[in-house]
Amino acid sequence: MSTEVKEAPEKAAPMKEPSEPLFSKKNKLLLTDPLNDSNPITVQVLGICSALAITVQVKQAVVMSLSVLAVMIGGNLIISLIRNIIPSRIRIIVQLVVVASLVILVDQVLKAYVYDVSKALSVFVGLIITNCIIMGRLEAFALANKPWPSILDAIGNAMGYGWILIAVAVVREAFGSGSIMGWKFIPDAWLISNGGFYAHNNFMILPPMALIVVGIIIWIQRSKNTALIEEH
Amino acid sequence: MLELVNIFVKGIFIENMIFAYFLGMCSYLAVSKTVKTGVGLGAAVIFVLGITVPVNYLLENYVLSEGALSWIDGLMGNTGDDAMFASIDLSFLSFIMFIAIIASMVQLVEMAVEKFAPALYGALGIFLPLIAVNCSILGGALFMQERQYTSIAEATSFGLGSGVGWFLAIVAIAAIREKIKYSNVPAPLRGLGITFIITGLMGIAFMAFMGIEL
Repeated sequence: MSTEVKEAPEKAAPMKEPSEPLFSKKNKLLLTDPLNDSNPITVQVLGICSALAITVQVKQAVVMSLSVLAVMIGGNLIISLIRNIIPSRIRIIVQLVVVASLVILVDQVLKAYVYDVSKALSVFVGLIITNCIIMGRLEAFALANKPWPSILDAIGNAMGYGWILIAVAVVREAFGSGSIMGWKFIPDAWLISNGGFYAHNNFMILPPMALIVVGIIIWIQRSKNTALIEEH
Repeated sequence: MLELVNIFVKGIFIENMIFAYFLGMCSYLAVSKTVKTGVGLGAAVIFVLGITVPVNYLLENYVLSEGALSWIDGLMGNTGDDAMFASIDLSFLSFIMFIAIIASMVQLVEMAVEKFAPALYGALGIFLPLIAVNCSILGGALFMQERQYTSIAEATSFGLGSGVGWFLAIVAIAAIREKIKYSNVPAPLRGLGITFIITGLMGIAFMAFMGIEL
């Protein structure tokens, strides 16, 4: 009992902890803020294109999130390291070249190790280059900050992107195919085609449902977090 | 000729960039608050897609894909074992080449429009630089690569068709958003949420075109 009491105030006020400079309160915020208050998809409206197209299956969403995580960490780190020597007039081209090189790496790795997923993602791996979330974070953060906060910002935003992606994919795969990560939780015997009573909602697999599911996630998030509500 | 019209119409309705592939959603959501800006960005997208897709088609077929460089052998008179360019496959470079072409074409187009059509530049001006990072432009190039169009005319009509489809989508949503300002949307859905759901419903409407074989 006494230990619990001792631990609780520490959790409530992490500021008082003698924290390392690497994970100061400000740096922690870089990691946690994008998960909710400044989520890249639902609040900053970045990276929507790819978020919607590849959420039919959870596996694709996971691979996509990891690819974006890798590209974001690399891009933020490199841009942050060379931020002082980039002439501001040509910074977009420099950023595009850095990101495109990283995406080529990711694409080759995916083709080598998970060829079927790479095939299913088709053009959307290449489109990580123009994924606004990456360019947006490079412009807004890496160009003006030191490497370590930039890496944390990349991880935080990629996770904020990833969890929305995976949440949408779980809903769509569960209702659309009755499975999660390929694991079927609806027995085949239940299906109408096998004389049962259950039918998959094929509508969930179609593209427009991705938009509607994201819309509903935004609805839920903003009802909980009323500070995010827009004035039309 | 009929084939070209088919590709054009397919790009507008059946394989609509927004409703079927969600490409260019970021600028679609950000710039669709009023019809006027929507028209501006839409026109710029048609323009740039109509130029970059054929240029990237030439790049793909004469530089990047496997055996595409064999024309150098022909030029230099190499045959048989001397023909060293025929076996080069540079397709792994396509992302970086496409994006370089797009970024520089956008820059060129911007300069040309500024010089020769100042009125158009005034209308499109702020949108043109945005387009370099619009996913629908790179997406157009990548779909062109994936679908392996057989001639530059087909690539051009695909680019223009996709552009017109994108234009249609952004103008439609902008018009709806202008109207929906006057309705009583639930507070947490205002702005972004309702736009997503409306786009979804429009996507369902566009699905009526799916499966039409032209």
